[in-house]
Amino acid sequence: MLVARRLAKDYSSGSHNLTVLRDVSFHAAAGSFVAIVGPSGSGKTTLLGLLAGLDTPSRGEVILDGQELGGLDEDARARIRGEKVGFIFQSFQLIPTLTAQENVQVPLELRGEPGAARRAHDLLSRMGLEGRTSHLPTQLSGGEQQRVAIARAFANRPRILFADEPTGNLDGATGARIVELLESLNREEGTTVILVTHDTTLAARADRVLRMRDGAIVEDTAGEAAPPAAAGEPQ
Amino acid sequence: MNLRQVTSLARLAWRESRTARRRLLLYMSSIALGVAALVAIDSFAANVNRSIRDQSLALLGGDLTFGARQAFPERAIAILDSLEDNGAGVAYVTTFASMALAPQHERTRLAQVRAVGEGYPFYGEVITRPAGQWTRLHDGHYVMADPSLLISLGASVGDTLRIGFTDFVILAELEQVPGDPGVAAAIGPRVFVAERWLEEMGLLGFGSRAEFEAVVRLPDGVNADQFIEPFRAELREQRVRLNTVAENESEMTESIDELADFLGIVGLIALLLGGVGVASGVSAFVARKMDAVAVLRCLGATSGQVLAIYSAQAALMGLAGAAAGAALGIGIQLMLPGMVSDFLPVDVKVRVEPLVVLTGLGIGVWVALVFALRPLLSLRNVSPLQALRRDADPAVLRGRWRDPARLSVDLLLVGSVVFLAMQRADTWQQGAGFAVGIAVVLLALWVSASLLSRLARSIVSAGWPYVVRQGMANLYRPANQTRAVVVALGFGAFLVSTLYLTQSNLLARFEVLAESARGNLVFFDVQDDQVDGIATIVRDTGEEVVEQIPIVNMRVARINGWTMQQMTDTTNPDGVLRANWALRREYRSTFRSEMVATESLLYGRWFSDSDNGLPEVSMEREVSEDLGAQLGDTITWDVQGVEIPTLLTSIREVEWARFEPNFFAVFEPHAISDAPKQWVILAAVSSDDRLALLQRDAVDRFPNVSSIDLSLIRRTIATIVNKVTMAVRFLALFSLAMGIPVLFSAVAASRRARVREGVLLKTLGATRRQIRSILLAEYVLLGLLAALAGMVLSFGGAWALLTFVFNQSFKAAIGPALAIAGTMVLVTVVIGLLGARDVFRETPMAALRGD
Repeated sequence: MLVARRLAKDYSSGSHNLTVLRDVSFHAAAGSFVAIVGPSGSGKTTLLGLLAGLDTPSRGEVILDGQELGGLDEDARARIRGEKVGFIFQSFQLIPTLTAQENVQVPLELRGEPGAARRAHDLLSRMGLEGRTSHLPTQLSGGEQQRVAIARAFANRPRILFADEPTGNLDGATGARIVELLESLNREEGTTVILVTHDTTLAARADRVLRMRDGAIVEDTAGEAAPPAAAGEPQ
Repeated sequence: MNLRQVTSLARLAWRESRTARRRLLLYMSSIALGVAALVAIDSFAANVNRSIRDQSLALLGGDLTFGARQAFPERAIAILDSLEDNGAGVAYVTTFASMALAPQHERTRLAQVRAVGEGYPFYGEVITRPAGQWTRLHDGHYVMADPSLLISLGASVGDTLRIGFTDFVILAELEQVPGDPGVAAAIGPRVFVAERWLEEMGLLGFGSRAEFEAVVRLPDGVNADQFIEPFRAELREQRVRLNTVAENESEMTESIDELADFLGIVGLIALLLGGVGVASGVSAFVARKMDAVAVLRCLGATSGQVLAIYSAQAALMGLAGAAAGAALGIGIQLMLPGMVSDFLPVDVKVRVEPLVVLTGLGIGVWVALVFALRPLLSLRNVSPLQALRRDADPAVLRGRWRDPARLSVDLLLVGSVVFLAMQRADTWQQGAGFAVGIAVVLLALWVSASLLSRLARSIVSAGWPYVVRQGMANLYRPANQTRAVVVALGFGAFLVSTLYLTQSNLLARFEVLAESARGNLVFFDVQDDQVDGIATIVRDTGEEVVEQIPIVNMRVARINGWTMQQMTDTTNPDGVLRANWALRREYRSTFRSEMVATESLLYGRWFSDSDNGLPEVSMEREVSEDLGAQLGDTITWDVQGVEIPTLLTSIREVEWARFEPNFFAVFEPHAISDAPKQWVILAAVSSDDRLALLQRDAVDRFPNVSSIDLSLIRRTIATIVNKVTMAVRFLALFSLAMGIPVLFSAVAASRRARVREGVLLKTLGATRRQIRSILLAEYVLLGLLAALAGMVLSFGGAWALLTFVFNQSFKAAIGPALAIAGTMVLVTVVIGLLGARDVFRETPMAALRGD
């Protein structure tokens, strides 16, 4: 489903060259739930950006659902995101001027898909937000906003979902409910989930945990939820 | 993109604009005043032109008119007679100035007497009060006069009015005479009498100034222009002017178009100012939208889709702004005829002009969109990665100058400005001049801003107070808005100040008119043998005769031996370009040995006693240029049949706009003192009562002598000037009003960054006062630089406009320009601080949360 080969990312600032990601390779199978953990500055978010095609690597390649992202321009990568990728952010990133329902409709409307309103309404209902569909983000609690974000992430039936610290701005109980939701969607829809988090308890619920330090993967272990077969999967 | 995608995007654009609509509409409203100006000005011009076309026959009174400054020559009479024999209607109109006296009240006033033949006017209607009296004019010794005359004489309908040696009964007041602007009645009130009393009045004696006109109604089916063509050259030779309805119409619409041209420049300025406002406002809007755009990009929106969403929002709001402007323009258009009707020769029928309104709307939306596109394009640079980062980096909004899309938009912008300038200007050279001028100003502002940024960086010293250092640092730090804000503010200041300076210079011409002269009562048409009599009447009343000025009528016969025929020949044998008007006109000249206060010597020397063999003459600068006459030339004059050669020994500059008798040609006394002449006598009279008494006594003894009360004229002109001033003040206020939305937009562009920094500084312990001082330092510097640069540039702009468009000299009004600049600085600071009030409202927690 998702393959990273010898990924590296450098930033140059004047005469200084800063490498934030070095030689990262791994493979995530379709339907798997992968957590990426590590301290601040270890390169988690940079890796996520490269895997999702939000940025381009300095070296190496990313193959998403059989498509090599390096050969595509920004707009072509955007189209792939629109078709195959879903996102969940730590700060929810709902568009403040749109209602909950309209936020969920966005990925479908960008592609001009019919039935966007119905699908959005269904997803919000599954998230337990039937009564909040016409509320603006500022009228919702943090947990509700993140549930809207999850509904939006699944609106286009993505093959893969990237979640960047999805519980970082939520209290423990709300965070736990969000993770349960992600897990059930992963199981029911067969969506591959790539989760970036600080939270080791949360990471432990994944099939597989990649630990990062100084821009490299230093550990690749099976999570508590890992099925026996997935643990020994080759990288 | 298929239709479904387009409608989906349109829906998304509409929803996404939800909370930003008001703000975006505010930015886009900058365009509203520009559209209002365009719609009002163009609709008004279209209304007036349409009214002229509709009323063209009535305006001329016939199909064709013959006009002359002296009695018609035989050839003209013969043509008119043959016309009458062939079924055409001919009515003669003789117009001259004379004193009108109301014997009951013993009051007099100078009036414009029109002796008209039966049938006049053939088209249109003279409206009288009581109504329907016009047809009775020829029934007896009747007159009809303007109400202003009757008021000043204390007379009313039914009273007697004496003109010359004849008494008439006032039959009615004139309400409306086709073809005359209302203001004509205020300057010289009209009295209509039947033509057959002309001789009885006994006023048209030697040297009397009168206009002779014959109004002709051609038989049906005869085309006036075709009919008159064979006679045109011959009649012109005999100084008979011909005017057909079509010519009259085009002359009138031409002058209205000239007025519209000036107002058109105001419209263009308003529109460009609006464009600048839109550009800076949309820059601020774009900065706010970075997060939303990053999310959209994450969710799969292409850069084209993002651009489409926000361009659609801008276009829609631009349309709303332009529509509001068009509605305002229609409102102003309804008001305009009321404000200027006195100056127009037609009764303006106000009508909404759909084509003008649509054009205004179209241009408004186009300008809004083109100016908005440049900042909107930078939204394409927003990376989806931004959604993962907590801080949006405004630096990404800076475009790369080699970006083809950006270059295309720049080209479109320049093209639009050039096109609009060309469309509004009179000639393509003027249009190109406007466009180049605007480019130079923008470049100068950009360079000034860059210099300020550099200067701020190099002069800031560690020893300065922190708040000043911080305020100045805002001018050069990364992602600073110095250039954008200075260009927007400076351009606003430049345009407003240019408009003001142009208006005040144009208006100054009127104000000089109202200046006082040495005397307040003028007698004219005084014959040689009446001079002593008039002077005695004045002195016997205990008043002073200020000046007695002789006037001799003459024409140019030859210059350096070249005859009139040779000089007006198209082959131009002597190679000197001469203006026809100057060669052919009748000169009313004087002789004296001294110069007067309104004259100054430009070239040559004033009359000397030395004997040059020829008498000396001094000419006014402009007329000497138009005659192609230079110092040392011999000008031969035809003084009522006698040729008098003279030597041109000096050229004078004359200040015309004063109530003083001034002359194109002044002779040394012995040259023409024996020629037949008339006199103008200027008297200084101490009271209004005595003035009335003097006028009555003079008209009693010398009915042919006219007198004019200058204070009355001054009052009349003051009324007109007040009206013009009101219209101009309205324009000035309008242009200042245009500046405010631009200021708002310009300051809004950097507002967000300032609020964020301010809140962070508060978190770090800065007091409100310190933050306010930092902002104050920044906005004062920005405002000062922009306003002063704009002001200096506006001197150049106004000079260029006055010199090349209005052919007038420019006088820099530094005081008012500084006042405008000061106001701009003040408003900048106020708007800047108002915009930053969120800094004081937000708690430091907001910064900690990263909201």
